[in-house]
Parts: sequence; structure tokens; C-alpha cells
Amino acid sequence: MIDAIKGSLIIAGGLFMLLASLGILRLPDLLTRMHATTKAAALGVILVMLAVALHFGEVGVVARSFAIIIFILMTAPVAAHVIGRAGYFVGSKLWSGTVKDELRPNYDPLTHELKSGLETEANARRQPKENDPD
Amino acid sequence: MTGAIWNLLLALAWVVLGGDFSGVNLVVGLVFGYITLVLLEPQVEALKGYPARVPRIIRFIGFFIKELVQANLRVAFDILTPPWHMQPGVIAMPLKARTELEITMVANLISLTPGTLSLDVSDDRKVLYIHAMFLDNEEELRRNLEEMERRALELFR
Repeated sequence: MIDAIKGSLIIAGGLFMLLASLGILRLPDLLTRMHATTKAAALGVILVMLAVALHFGEVGVVARSFAIIIFILMTAPVAAHVIGRAGYFVGSKLWSGTVKDELRPNYDPLTHELKSGLETEANARRQPKENDPD
Repeated sequence: MTGAIWNLLLALAWVVLGGDFSGVNLVVGLVFGYITLVLLEPQVEALKGYPARVPRIIRFIGFFIKELVQANLRVAFDILTPPWHMQPGVIAMPLKARTELEITMVANLISLTPGTLSLDVSDDRKVLYIHAMFLDNEEELRRNLEEMERRALELFR
């Protein structure tokens, strides 16, 4: 019983990683590729780590595999966000099937100012701060 | 925060006094510590709100795993079948989160669910720009995102 659970967890994890790599090959632009790589790969690692924890069942191994899961959950979205953001602002083309882009009209490429589209006076009067991102 | 530390201390005391150093026994200690804190809550000011927060966190983890698996399968289906069903696009989502920590958490959670990737926060921190893969039903997507934000904020407030 427990062997079947472990085996199916590892197979599912491997399948998700395979999907992630297929996604890199097949998807049309940078941002959609980031979707495939980060989430499917993270889910794959999580499933494999759960199988490892089940297999060994020792406190040290279980604690380490849960630590790996938590660190993956903490770092994967940050990396995806940073790569996606940098790629977008550097000017990588979006796929031709993209239906809408609400960011482009609010972004000023000269000053790197990103408006929210909600403000009228608040943002106009805002003074630049020292810790603002460039 | 104080509640969590006390819960852990009580669990450690349980393990040390019981002499059984195993993971299962630590979990048992955590459960008994939690019950103790629930009984103590009306008397101790510093523990206010902690017992109510724990089931919320557990429910949030369950909700998040459900979203994660569902959305992953949808992306997987689109990668595997030749025609593209996706309609990607960048949408602006008004944020209810105010502090830096809250915005970071909400943005990370949105990035973690497949199909949505947070791109940037506007300079006045009122709007989060999100790249979504499936915009065919934008109303529902926005509702889901708001639901996730509401549940995430409940954990902090």
C-alpha cells in the first residue's frame, strides 16, 4: 500500500517535471514559459520530496524534505517574478494571441514610472523616495 | 506570534518530559499544547486571536493545494494538446493589501498558482499587474484572485 503511494507520488512528480520541460519547448513567449517552468517544476519537486519523506520515515529526513518543500515554495515565485518582470520591461515580445495588456499604457519607459491607473492627484503630487526601485 | 512560540515550547516540554524523541510525539505535543492554549485564551491577553488563527491557516493550506493542482492540470492540458486554448494577457488587480509584507505574500501566492504570474506593483502600491494565461473568463479569474487575497489577508489580520 505505502509502496503504491510512494511510486505514484514519484511518477506524478516526474510527469509534472516532464510537462515543465515540454512547456519550455512548446509555449510561444517568455511569460507563458515562466508559467510552465516554475509551477509545474515546483509541484514536481514537492511530490518527489513527499515520496522521499514517506520512504525513509526518519525524523531527520522528514524534516529536511519539508525544509526543501518550504524553500522551493519561497524561492520559486520570487525567481519567476523577477525573470518575468525583467523580461517584460526589457521588451520581450508578447505572443500574438495575447488578448489584453493593461500594464503597457501605465508604464513610462523613460522615467520607469508605473502608474496604477487609479490615481489622479495622489500620484501626481507624490515625491520620489530614496528607496524607490529604478 | 507569542501564541506560536508558546505552542512550540509546550510541545518541546512534552517531548523532553516524555522522553520519546520522535516526530509523531512532537505532533502529539503540538496538539496538546494547542488545546492548553485554547483553554487559557480567555485569561491571557497575549494569546488573543491565536487559537482562531490555526484552523484558518490549515483551511488556507487546503484551499491553496486544491487551487494549485486544479490550475496545474489546466496548464498541463494546454501544453499537451496541439491547438492553443489559452488567451494570455496582463491584467491590473486592485490590491486590498497595504503593508509591504502583505503585498509580498499576496504576490508570491499569486505567482505560485499556475496560470497567474505577478509582474509588478504600481509605484503607489495600489495595483498589482498580473500576467494570466487564461483570460477567456476574466470575471471568474478576478473573483478567484480576490478570494485568494482575502483568505491570505485573514491570516495576518
